[in-house]
Amino acid sequence: MKAEVSPLPGPGPAEMHDRASSGTRASLISAGGTLVFFGEVLLALGRLLRGRSCMQRTDLLAQLDRTGPLALPIVVLTCFLVGLMLAYMGGAQLARIGAQALIADVVTVGMVRELGGLMTGVILAGRLGAAFAAELASMQSHEEIDALRVLGVNPVDHLVLPRLLALLLVMPLLTAFGMLVGVLAGLPAAVAAFGVPAAEYLHGSLKALTWTHLWIGQFKAIVYAALVALAGCREGLGAGRDAEAVGEATTRAVVKALVWIVAAACATTVFFTSLGY
Amino acid sequence: MTVAPPTTLAPTEAQDPAAAPLRVEGLAVGHQGRVVQRDLTFTLRRGEVLAIVGASGCGKSTLLRHLIGLQTPLAGRVLYGSHDFHHCDEATRDGLRRRFGVMFQAGALWSSMTVGDNLMLPMRLFTDWPPAERERRARHKLALVGLPQGFELTPAALSGGMRKRAAIARALVLDPALLYLDEPSSGLDPVNATRLDELIGHLRDDLGTSVVMVTHDIDSVFAVADRALFLDEQALTMTALDTPAALLAQGPAQVREFLSRGRSARPQAASSSPMACPA
Repeated sequence: MKAEVSPLPGPGPAEMHDRASSGTRASLISAGGTLVFFGEVLLALGRLLRGRSCMQRTDLLAQLDRTGPLALPIVVLTCFLVGLMLAYMGGAQLARIGAQALIADVVTVGMVRELGGLMTGVILAGRLGAAFAAELASMQSHEEIDALRVLGVNPVDHLVLPRLLALLLVMPLLTAFGMLVGVLAGLPAAVAAFGVPAAEYLHGSLKALTWTHLWIGQFKAIVYAALVALAGCREGLGAGRDAEAVGEATTRAVVKALVWIVAAACATTVFFTSLGY
Repeated sequence: MTVAPPTTLAPTEAQDPAAAPLRVEGLAVGHQGRVVQRDLTFTLRRGEVLAIVGASGCGKSTLLRHLIGLQTPLAGRVLYGSHDFHHCDEATRDGLRRRFGVMFQAGALWSSMTVGDNLMLPMRLFTDWPPAERERRARHKLALVGLPQGFELTPAALSGGMRKRAAIARALVLDPALLYLDEPSSGLDPVNATRLDELIGHLRDDLGTSVVMVTHDIDSVFAVADRALFLDEQALTMTALDTPAALLAQGPAQVREFLSRGRSARPQAASSSPMACPA
């Protein structure tokens, strides 16, 4: 005998509408909070420029120490692999029309203008954006940020500025390393797989490398650094006080930073290309 | 409501209410417009330990967050001296903040710093004392709370009792006249809780510090509090303010029941000195 199974009661149209509107409302509140946070950071930068910030120089040095040297190996490794991959993929396509000599151009322009900064930004989003969010969320749940507020210390000055400035300062250096390693990684691929002489590859790279590509690449990298720091700090400071809040803040920070980086990469590419750069 | 008669105010405060370290007038507190407590009016006397008690969720910690400026009241005033803390300019508020120190429930020591740095940060921010002077004062405060060996340690290396003592030391570094303690004995074993009570008594008796203590620990209330303020979660307001003994004897029935049920036989401290360092 076949048992009759009544269907599980699903959400009705009214309930689905409620869920959708509460989700939209939450997204709008979150976007508003992010805008307010950006405004607070701008005000904090203004206070810093006027010499009225309570940011400690030692905190900035400590953040520089942990953001720069510790991130370098993974940035170098990632950019090396991306440079290698770019040379193989670009070389395979160029070889079909006998233009292997242009591998150096593809790798150099790709790494310097786009991928060096992008890959460094992605690495820092996973590494430092998550770390910033976890630290600040943990401080939030342990009332450490309240302890600062009670002293009259602005958490944005004291906690966000050192992290933001440290990332802005180390990002150009990390990106420069990433670009260099990525370009050099194309060399063995060009030589071994496509028979391009090493000297010709290096010469082609230098010829393709222009100041325009360089400053656009570095400009993008600085934008990515700001986005990573802001996403991490925003999610950390906005975290709840329960045990799950730290994990949730970390996840949101990484996702948000990655989405913002990709959006910024797209926007800046379209912008600079349309300006003829 | 059982309220101590005004004649028991210290002479200075009876003549000049602004001399009281803290006055609360018609305060309403809550979250996002929802009232948790309202019509709160009381005065903290100089050198007094005032315990804020009530059932879980009645709004004790919320009240504390309003008193120290972490939340803005829905109505009413919090006065330090003659200054309305929530309606004065930022410079005045910064000055008022130096009048009180706060020990949070979990200590809230900044985990990325050593205990010594935790104590020296407020001094670095608010004074122009040279580093050697800051260190000397930090070590002195740590010795005062019975934690002389804690200067170089990180908060993670401290036990719960030591963390609370270090947090009290940090709250005291700028020599505030008023100390706020949020659940000072929560999470401590009875011996360490008793030692902490003795430390609070010492701060009041020997240093003249006024203390506002949010607590669930009725033993602690009877051990150190000069008066207790009872917050009622049903009435959403304070229903009693008097000495713990008077509340137990003549307070409203609900308060008497709360106080009598909450008492336990807590052991005496192993050491006769309140400054002894807990394990």
